[in-house]
Amino acid sequence: MTRARVRPRRSVLPGFGPTLGFTLLHLSLIVLLPLSALVWKTSTLGWDEFASVVSSPRVLAAYRLSFGTALVAASVNAVLGLVVAWVLVRYRFPGRALADALVDLPFALPTAVAGITLTALLAKSGCIGSRLEPLGIQVAYTPLGITVALIFIGLPFVVRSVQPVLQDLDPEIEEAAASLGASRWKTFRRVLLPTLLPALTTGFALAFARGVGEYGSVVFISGNMPMKTEIAPLLIVTRLEQYEYAAATAIALVMLLVSLAILLAINGLQAWTQRRQAA
Amino acid sequence: MATADWTVHSAAQPPPALVSARSEPLWVRAILIAVALLFLGSFLVLPLIAVFGYALQDGWRVALAAIREPHALAAIRLTLLVAAICVPLNAAFGLAAAWCITRFEFRGKNLLVSLIDLPFAVSPVISGLIFVLLFGLQGLLGPWLREHEIQIIFAVPGIVLATLFVTFPFVARELIPLMEEQGADEETAAVSLGASGWQTFWRVTLPNVRFGLLYGMVLLNARAMGEFGAVSVVSGHIRGRTNTMPLHVEILYNEYQTAAAFAVASLLAGLAVVTLILKRLIEWRAGRRGGVA
Repeated sequence: MTRARVRPRRSVLPGFGPTLGFTLLHLSLIVLLPLSALVWKTSTLGWDEFASVVSSPRVLAAYRLSFGTALVAASVNAVLGLVVAWVLVRYRFPGRALADALVDLPFALPTAVAGITLTALLAKSGCIGSRLEPLGIQVAYTPLGITVALIFIGLPFVVRSVQPVLQDLDPEIEEAAASLGASRWKTFRRVLLPTLLPALTTGFALAFARGVGEYGSVVFISGNMPMKTEIAPLLIVTRLEQYEYAAATAIALVMLLVSLAILLAINGLQAWTQRRQAA
Repeated sequence: MATADWTVHSAAQPPPALVSARSEPLWVRAILIAVALLFLGSFLVLPLIAVFGYALQDGWRVALAAIREPHALAAIRLTLLVAAICVPLNAAFGLAAAWCITRFEFRGKNLLVSLIDLPFAVSPVISGLIFVLLFGLQGLLGPWLREHEIQIIFAVPGIVLATLFVTFPFVARELIPLMEEQGADEETAAVSLGASGWQTFWRVTLPNVRFGLLYGMVLLNARAMGEFGAVSVVSGHIRGRTNTMPLHVEILYNEYQTAAAFAVASLLAGLAVVTLILKRLIEWRAGRRGGVA
């Protein structure tokens, strides 16, 4: 790109050159250069080698576990997150402000702290785990435990995506539906839910993407048994510790591409929603 | 309970009055509130209380001793050091990026905005891995670094770089929409009246965005101090030297020193609580609602 093309159009404000320069430098050094190392390392791997790494049974089992538990957790969060957002926006009850503030806890609490706490609570000796044990339910060190940790981590995404949309909803559409004879349930299903769907999907996708790559909160509760409770990020760490850099990179690249695809889909969805609302 | 109220609205009945068009029968409300509170209570409140409970299970003396032990103190110092480097650097980056993106038109702007968000799409473990691939012994620059006796991986610089990567977008994505919304009118006026660039920045821009900046920095700080996955890949877990607080918690926990692990963890949980309070205060002062961070 030549300098003349980059020049801003008629702005009297100073500082374009230095701020853009600093932005691009920082972006290149901290994000782009390191990420390109991933592509470089993969390119040293032949296609056959790459395919044999990512299609080995242990890697496939890890992908299935990571994507599967993230999908279940994001679905639980989509349903319960919608309920939480609805209750926080629509109803007044004691403790509402506190509940609203607490929703962000998973963003603020370090993942390792969440991980050891959930494990301690849900292990056989823990205060919840010991009560579930007689019922034959084992949570810690099973895929169920991984799902619980991912529900915790993904909880804020759906609530915080749906909440603003619910808040800005025009009351007239619900009144119109009611005055035309629709029951409350029908109004919710036919009028409210379609309006909330883009925000709900965005929250779901964000929670899913986060869950797929999550490490800190899961690694303590998962038990880390190969083929059974070994998540993909842990497998990357294991390969790294064995100095199998190429294998670690191949596993990582597949995960990264899936995450990027999800991110692109979210951006596309948001752009589509904005266009539809503007029209 | 007003169950009767619900059943009378059969199809033959006239529609309910408009006042009740946006609310549900009492029993539905009660059930929804109960479900929401039960969910938040079991998934958020219980673990938060449990951290402090487990920390004090062997008495506060044990908890205090675990925090004052030299390795724990070293971990606290390293965590503070990493945050002290990452927060100002990424905040400065956020300000610069928001300034050039919202105040000027140039080609590739949308791409730049997407690239800034990129680290949020990357798993923490991969965020650490890329620095190992770049600076590790078998890495791209590994042989050169070894020749010059510079150590980045399994040392503090690697931890700082990985943390810079995972906290990269926080301030920028807070400031870009905010400054876009505010527009450039005030700054243009200041410059037209003869203010220098720095004067405009300090007197006009910074006061206007101070809440957004603070908000982003609070979240950035929480993530910088609490990051586990990325840091664990690059740190090498050398006690007293390359262990941050979350890594120290992991080591203690894996050594079955549960009370000590939770004592250090309770400091981090305290940080999370302070973060939530600050976040709420800023939202309240700025009169805004929090989005997805």
